[in-house]
Amino acid sequence: MRPFTYAKPSQTSDASKSLKQSNSAIIAGGTNLLDLMKLDVNQPAHLIDINKIAELSQIKNNKGGLLVGALVKNSDLAHNKQVLENFPMLSQAILSGASAQVRNMASTAGNLLQRTRCYYFRNSTMPCNKRDPGSGCPAIDGYNRIHAILGTSDSCIATNPSDMAVALMALDAVIHIEGSGAKRSVPITKFYVLPGAHPEKETVLKDGEIITAVEIPQLAAAKHSRYLKIRDRKSFAFALVSVACALDVKNGVIKEARLALGGVGTIPWRCTEAEKILVGKPAKKETFKLAAEAAVKSAVTHKHNKFKVELCKRTIVKALSALENLA
Amino acid sequence: MRLNFSRRRFSQLLIASTVLSSLEELSPRIMKKALAETKDKQSGAVSSPHAYDLSINVNGKQHKLKIDSRVTLLDFLRENLNLTGTKKGCDLGQCGACTVHVNGRRIKSCLTLAVMHDGDQVTSIEGIASGDDLHPMQEAFIKHDGFQCGFCTPGQIMSAVALLKEPCGASDDDVRECMSGNLCRCGAYPNILAAIQEVRKGGKH
Repeated sequence: MRPFTYAKPSQTSDASKSLKQSNSAIIAGGTNLLDLMKLDVNQPAHLIDINKIAELSQIKNNKGGLLVGALVKNSDLAHNKQVLENFPMLSQAILSGASAQVRNMASTAGNLLQRTRCYYFRNSTMPCNKRDPGSGCPAIDGYNRIHAILGTSDSCIATNPSDMAVALMALDAVIHIEGSGAKRSVPITKFYVLPGAHPEKETVLKDGEIITAVEIPQLAAAKHSRYLKIRDRKSFAFALVSVACALDVKNGVIKEARLALGGVGTIPWRCTEAEKILVGKPAKKETFKLAAEAAVKSAVTHKHNKFKVELCKRTIVKALSALENLA
Repeated sequence: MRLNFSRRRFSQLLIASTVLSSLEELSPRIMKKALAETKDKQSGAVSSPHAYDLSINVNGKQHKLKIDSRVTLLDFLRENLNLTGTKKGCDLGQCGACTVHVNGRRIKSCLTLAVMHDGDQVTSIEGIASGDDLHPMQEAFIKHDGFQCGFCTPGQIMSAVALLKEPCGASDDDVRECMSGNLCRCGAYPNILAAIQEVRKGGKH
């Protein structure tokens, strides 16, 4: 690792001020940032450790939903009683990611901001538009089996690696942000930015802004939800395809549906078109198949990731069918 | 003439005083550096422009020192405290050989900085036995031959000990899932699993 200064403020406002120094970075769990610093992908000159900011470590009940502090550990959120009861897909999503040790370290906000596992991004000797803007994308004509089929651009086809964020997309979570003395909140569906011509810009966060909490609104359908992850290994592997889904079904008819995908999008992918197809229709496989078709309609594949289209459709049908015990 | 002389004289004086003052400045700096290095050798800390105070409890013993911001908790344990039971496998959070407990929870010590653990309590593999009495998990690993080369074993045992207090299901598959952050290249998994399940069922922990 390259040399860096280290500060441990106890107030969010102080952390935000420190973050305005050029080439500075926030560290919370460290599981992603230190990994990337060792690989020389990230080279911050100043590290700001926010672990001493007590107000960021709490889970609070909030209007039937939850307000989850930025520093809440992934393991604590996954095993939280409210999350297990009211938002099971969130618990399942978190527990399907990384390993027990990493989940004990990784923070809620850090999980949302984790960087892609694209092997070209992680190899500091290769060109990469995300790491080194304008240098090119070797993945597009290279080995791209793990890469995205939704939301790609001519500059970048890297996949967002988070499982937790996929569930939070389906749950319409709201990201609370603080910086430059002001607070604002952004729906997670508007938090991530498509790569376009600037894949280095991944979220709407501005200089000096810090995520302080994630709000999970009450959602009746979420009690009946599930996260299904397909990967190369049974455990401790990133998703090839994952599905977060929730259904509210009355008398066999779908009243409300939530569907989001992981492992296939350049950002955690919400399927609003597919949701529209589901609502008002009978909860059966034929409906789920129509929704699955809609979800991958705009897919753009590359040489090695064509399989993801079919895998994605089948995973959606399987996840929704399992929710309705139709499997 | 007078002016020229004065100017030359003035320049000479200026140069001489500059050299002298910089020597004066330099010598305490050299002294300080030498002193710092001597101190560092005693405490085992690394001399660095980015060194920070660290007070940390490892296996019940308090350590106070200055440490370079870049030193991982893993390197601190191995290089500064000579606690080499904790192993460096991949150094990227993938293998689990570096697993230790911080404030009672298992973590990967390669993915965290020592300086982040000011005020924390760390337990490494050297800290789980009571004197000559091995921890039940250590005994079970020996009984079930839960290793071959032994490199991953400290990490496996630290994970297994932490798992006893975690919400892990009862089945073998549950344990496999909870232990997926610890790799064993020798493939001693069936024996590791048997050791863990015996301790869990025996309730000896």
